[in-house]
Amino acid sequence: MEENLLEVKNLKKYFKTKKGLLYAVDDLNFTIKKGETLGLVGESGCGKSTAGRAILRLHEPTSGHVIYEGKDITKYNSSELKNIRKKMQIVFQDPYSSLNPRLSVSEIIAEPLYVNKIYKSKIENENRIREVMDIVGLEERLINSYPHELDGGRRQRIGIARAISLQPEFIVMDEPVSALDVCIQAQILNLMNELQEKFGLTYLFISHNLSVVKHVSDRIAVMYLGRIVELAESDKIFKKPLHPYTQALLSAIPIPKVNISREKIILEGDVPSPINPPPGCRFYGRCRFRQNECKKEIPELREIDENHFVACRLL
Amino acid sequence: MNDQKNLLSIKNLTIHYKTGGNIVHAVDNLDLDLGHGETLGFVGETGAGKTTTALGIMGLIPNPPGKIINGQVFFKGEDLLKKKHKEMRSIRGKEIAMIFQDPMTSLDPVMNVGDQIAEMIRIHEQITKDKALEKAEVMLETVGIRKDRSKDYPHQFSGGMKQRVGIAIALACNPKLIIADEPTTALDVTIQAQVLELMKSLKEKYDTSMILITHDLGIVAEICDKVAIMYAGNVVEYSDKNSLYLNPLHPYTNGLFQSIPDIEKDVDKLNTIKGLAPDPTNLPKGCTFHPRCPKALPVCSEKKPDNVMVEPNHYVKCFLYN
Repeated sequence: MEENLLEVKNLKKYFKTKKGLLYAVDDLNFTIKKGETLGLVGESGCGKSTAGRAILRLHEPTSGHVIYEGKDITKYNSSELKNIRKKMQIVFQDPYSSLNPRLSVSEIIAEPLYVNKIYKSKIENENRIREVMDIVGLEERLINSYPHELDGGRRQRIGIARAISLQPEFIVMDEPVSALDVCIQAQILNLMNELQEKFGLTYLFISHNLSVVKHVSDRIAVMYLGRIVELAESDKIFKKPLHPYTQALLSAIPIPKVNISREKIILEGDVPSPINPPPGCRFYGRCRFRQNECKKEIPELREIDENHFVACRLL
Repeated sequence: MNDQKNLLSIKNLTIHYKTGGNIVHAVDNLDLDLGHGETLGFVGETGAGKTTTALGIMGLIPNPPGKIINGQVFFKGEDLLKKKHKEMRSIRGKEIAMIFQDPMTSLDPVMNVGDQIAEMIRIHEQITKDKALEKAEVMLETVGIRKDRSKDYPHQFSGGMKQRVGIAIALACNPKLIIADEPTTALDVTIQAQVLELMKSLKEKYDTSMILITHDLGIVAEICDKVAIMYAGNVVEYSDKNSLYLNPLHPYTNGLFQSIPDIEKDVDKLNTIKGLAPDPTNLPKGCTFHPRCPKALPVCSEKKPDNVMVEPNHYVKCFLYN
């Protein structure tokens, strides 16, 4: 058995709203092994980004545990947290709004180095900035440029450079390629792959784009309204999806090929509100196979097949 | 001659924007045909000129800074670019309607959806307000929204429902041509599937032609008959859908296909097109794709390639096929 780098146990994040409690993340359980990429997919509002942030304690979890290398980081005080965050980084979705427009490329990449007082001398700092820029494929001449002068792909490279400048072990990739055109998207995905191999990084890859998630992930967790409904190796999920939601989600992906025949499952309605959701299975209202029983209690994630977990009482 | 056969026929369309001292070559000598009842997928990356072409057809290029420099847009045999403002106003919405990308911002937030649909109908048809509202309710039901929601405002609808309202407005006057500009880009994949299904069935029901602007080759495979691949303001490949997907010819088209992760195959590394799309104020000489092209020939940097028919209904602008 390879060792687990990260273990998430009963993680919950609720937000108080005027209309009631918003169950953004409701009882997540999963592990990520060292060097692995776990894909977290779902539609907008399913809680995938909140989950990523709660793991890093960018959102304080309502309850539950995040165990990193055997230690529960939800109990850490702020100085311990600052230390552990050198190892845990995040890359954000929108390379336009996640970079400070008033800082130059070198200042953006240097900020984590300053904050953590990694280097004593300016020269060491400068060298590290150049090294990191080279690693992510940013030309040296851009060192004093500002984000607005650069295209989306280069900006996302800055975001990645900032994340790896402290030599982390674990990175939450929060929709890192969603704002990019397909050609640029492919370049960034290749870069992430190279970095993972070179530095043995572990990724939590959050995305709504299933073909991208399939491409990068070893295992995939599918989320619906704050809960994981299916978790398995990515091949298994794509070859034999078991949860009715996963099946519908996969069948809805437009595939750029002609002369293929496949069944399309069109779900009725929209994702319901995560504020005070009804008891029972969260997917009940849109499920093709729903039965009255499904309304009674929330199905637990159970191992149906080897390493294939599904939360559905019909299986 | 072509103009009778085709509903829409664009010839040599060139559109520039002036910014500061520079000229942005947004659309550059573009030719395009669309037959009756056909759906054309208009594919390209950000900045390729897809939306500018659509606005050019509609006569909605903001001037200044934009200007149609050259070309003709034949719609039902008549050149839209020669029409007066007033004539265009009676064509827009009635003959050619548009569905916009972002249903969150393209609807009026202070007007209920029934009124928004009725507004469109009353501009083009001489009927009373009550009749128009009745018609609006029918349109709402056509796109799958209960008619008792016609007094609701856009913020009370979800993204998918708002886009349905957008579709209802576009279809309200039974147009001959719909230009849908990335209609599902802002939507989640299961909602996207609903909206695409709806558009497909309504297109058949009303026998409308459609130009679907998108960057997603998967959506094109699902609902289009023809495809035009756009690069740096020009159509580089134009073909029947099957012919293009089974036998993509232009190196850019091939590059696009290879950049998309394939759900059915596992690869370690995606093939990418090197470099970036060119600066539209300073397009490369010759073929605009040659600096990024893996198969570039010496001639590519000197001359612009002609449009070559490689198979029936499959055209490509590339010296490899001359």
